[in-house]
Amino acid sequence: MVYLTRKAEFSASHFYHNDEFTAEENQRIFGKCNNPNGHGHNYTLEVTVKGQVDQRSGFVVDLKQLKDVMNREVIEAMDHRHLNKEVAEFRDRIPTTENLAISIWNRLKPKLQVAELHRVRVYETPDLFVDFYGEE
Amino acid sequence: MKAYLTRRYKFSASHRLHSDSMSDEENRSVYGKCNNPHGHGHNYTLEVTVAGQVEQKTGMICNLVDLDSFVQKNVVQHFDHENLNVLADFSATVPTTENLCIEVYNILEEGFHHASVEKVRMEETMLNSFEYAGGRELRT
Repeated sequence: MVYLTRKAEFSASHFYHNDEFTAEENQRIFGKCNNPNGHGHNYTLEVTVKGQVDQRSGFVVDLKQLKDVMNREVIEAMDHRHLNKEVAEFRDRIPTTENLAISIWNRLKPKLQVAELHRVRVYETPDLFVDFYGEE
Repeated sequence: MKAYLTRRYKFSASHRLHSDSMSDEENRSVYGKCNNPHGHGHNYTLEVTVAGQVEQKTGMICNLVDLDSFVQKNVVQHFDHENLNVLADFSATVPTTENLCIEVYNILEEGFHHASVEKVRMEETMLNSFEYAGGRELRT
């Protein structure tokens, strides 16, 4: 089994807010991320797939196909977007980095026929990232 | 839904690798320039990985403010600008980065209860890093 990781970058804005919480609770739990005007990040996405190395090609996955799926399902949908307002999953779910990793997994999993998805890692900043391995 | 969150922290400290159970000659041969009696220092980069269910109401595994304040108070402030050899944590062990990883993991495991501690990874230099997951196999 060999693991291959492909990186991509996108920039987006968001804010954290739960209508079920009072204004004070939102402020206390989410701090400055609760600013209703939103704020943004340069996200780095790492998608890891796994598989046997094909004897003839020496590849685990056709990188072009992987790159195309990542571009279509994630980058085009999220780059230079407001996650709360423009990405369907986040109309009723808070776009934390945790939920972003889960959402990206769910977008990629059914589209990746060429290799098995192993891990989605999303960096919100160079000092903070979330890993998701699918439902366990 | 279970996810893993990793946060990076930095601190600087000095150490000397020397074991009382070895002769001076053995120490020099095993630890090389790290055995210099005057010690030397590193800028350490610490990665703390916690695991847990993503809470539906907050979208979070745990609140970063809780993780940051715990790590700052109990790890970064504890080790930053210190000589590791004189700290009680290393009274019985050599302050290699392997042992430093284990110490940090144990501090987190004992005191941080907002999420489960999955792994500690420590970069001693840009070329060396060490990982400890409480003795478990690493996730990847």
